[in-house]
Amino acid sequence: MELFTPDFGLIFWMFVSFAILFVILWRWGWPAIMKGVSDRADLIDKGVEYAQSAKEQLDHAREEADKYIAEARRQQADMLREADRMKTQIIDEARSAAQNEAKKVMDNAKLTIEQERKAAQEQFRNEVSTFALDIAQKVVRNQLKEEKAQEKLVNSLLDEIEKQN
Amino acid sequence: MKQILTTIVLALIALVSPALAVASGHDDGQEKKEGIDAQGIIFEHLGDGYGWEVPFNHHKRIPLPVIVWGSDGLHVFSSSRVAHGEVYRDGNAEFRIAGADSPYKGKVVEIVNGEEVKPAVDISITKNVCGVFIAVLLCVWCILSVARWHRTQGMKGPRKMVGAIEFVILFIYDGVIKPTLKNKAAKFAPYLLTVFFFILIMNLLGLIVIFPGGANLTGNIAVTLVLAIITFLITNLFATKHYWKEIFNPEVPWWLKYPLPIMPVIEIFGVFTKPAALTVRLFANMMGGHMIVIVLTLLIFIFAAMGPVVTGATAVVSVIFSVFMLCIDVLVSFIQAYVFTMLSTLFIALGQEEGHEKHEESKEKAVIPHNP
Repeated sequence: MELFTPDFGLIFWMFVSFAILFVILWRWGWPAIMKGVSDRADLIDKGVEYAQSAKEQLDHAREEADKYIAEARRQQADMLREADRMKTQIIDEARSAAQNEAKKVMDNAKLTIEQERKAAQEQFRNEVSTFALDIAQKVVRNQLKEEKAQEKLVNSLLDEIEKQN
Repeated sequence: MKQILTTIVLALIALVSPALAVASGHDDGQEKKEGIDAQGIIFEHLGDGYGWEVPFNHHKRIPLPVIVWGSDGLHVFSSSRVAHGEVYRDGNAEFRIAGADSPYKGKVVEIVNGEEVKPAVDISITKNVCGVFIAVLLCVWCILSVARWHRTQGMKGPRKMVGAIEFVILFIYDGVIKPTLKNKAAKFAPYLLTVFFFILIMNLLGLIVIFPGGANLTGNIAVTLVLAIITFLITNLFATKHYWKEIFNPEVPWWLKYPLPIMPVIEIFGVFTKPAALTVRLFANMMGGHMIVIVLTLLIFIFAAMGPVVTGATAVVSVIFSVFMLCIDVLVSFIQAYVFTMLSTLFIALGQEEGHEKHEESKEKAVIPHNP
């Protein structure tokens, strides 16, 4: 039975072939593959880690953004409120300033009017007294056309002066 | 659907044709009615040879170099010169292939004074040696293509053949080598992976019927013996002190070691049975698979004597069974390569044990979860 008796030639060549095969694969085959596989595994691990952290950051970023938006809204509201307040204040100030100005103008006007009125009054009085004197002069001239009446008047005036003293 | 129908029709024609051939031969009455030499055919197919059969031709063989160290030195000549029992004269030496009645049946012998003498050294490139070379080349090509791919574009995902080979590499490395050898995995992985792929490719080549395959490599005891011896050498040359202590002075009751060293003898015996088991299991499994397929095919010719109907029926059944067996053999090829690698890993791991207590602990840890 040839099958069960190992043949020397085949054993020899088998040893040689296997030695060559092993040396080739040991030198150029397996290290490259093993290194490649582990490098790739590392790369994948890193990639997953990176993706996870990126996702975390993204989630975080969304939160952050929401926070910023809320903050911005708050600031906007504050600013609006402030603007409103300032507007009111400015209007108030303007109003009061206008009132003051108006009051000043009015006061001036009043003063002027008063002065004018006084001047007018003075003038009027002067004119009235002039008129009165004229009238009185005329009346007196009419009445004093007669001698008797002149004497009577002088006497009455003298009486009046006496009474006063 | 159309393809399936075509396949079925072609298969039926192929299955029925032997019956027709036999029928026509029978009608002509020219066929020689004699029993075929089943054993001879089986062993011719399983065994080695100095040439490689050309497909579908029984007479022509691809010539291979014969290298022998005869009585007067080295002789190298083509196997075609000694084909069909011819005598070849090279200088003063005469060679021929020994006949069936010779003790050196099928081997190249030198004729010295009319007697057949086996040459001192016969390292001819026989069919099996050539098959081993082809397996080596294929193996180198497969693995180096993956390695080159890793060097040039290793950061991409492997696809197609590279991906398939890489999957097998990792299947063996992560599934067998790493869990067994743990931190020493990287040291022994090159050898174990080489053995796995070499055996796998030799197994699969053996299943291909025509030229590049067809050599019954792993079904030849010389091939498996060499692989087992290499595993044996690696196991024992790299073995730890603890391994040797366990062999010569195992921790058993003293009366098992003294005065009669029963346990050491058993242990030493065990050292040598391991490679023997490796040799025989791979050899027997692969040879068995080949033999079954050959026998199933031979059945057709054995039953040919019983008329066309029987032959046709046998042909159908035989071909179906052969195809089934070959499919199983593809699976067996992988499983046997896997088992050889696994057992080699295990034997090497046994030689790598450090300290008894550590081992016991790990063993308990491994056992407890399974049997609470």
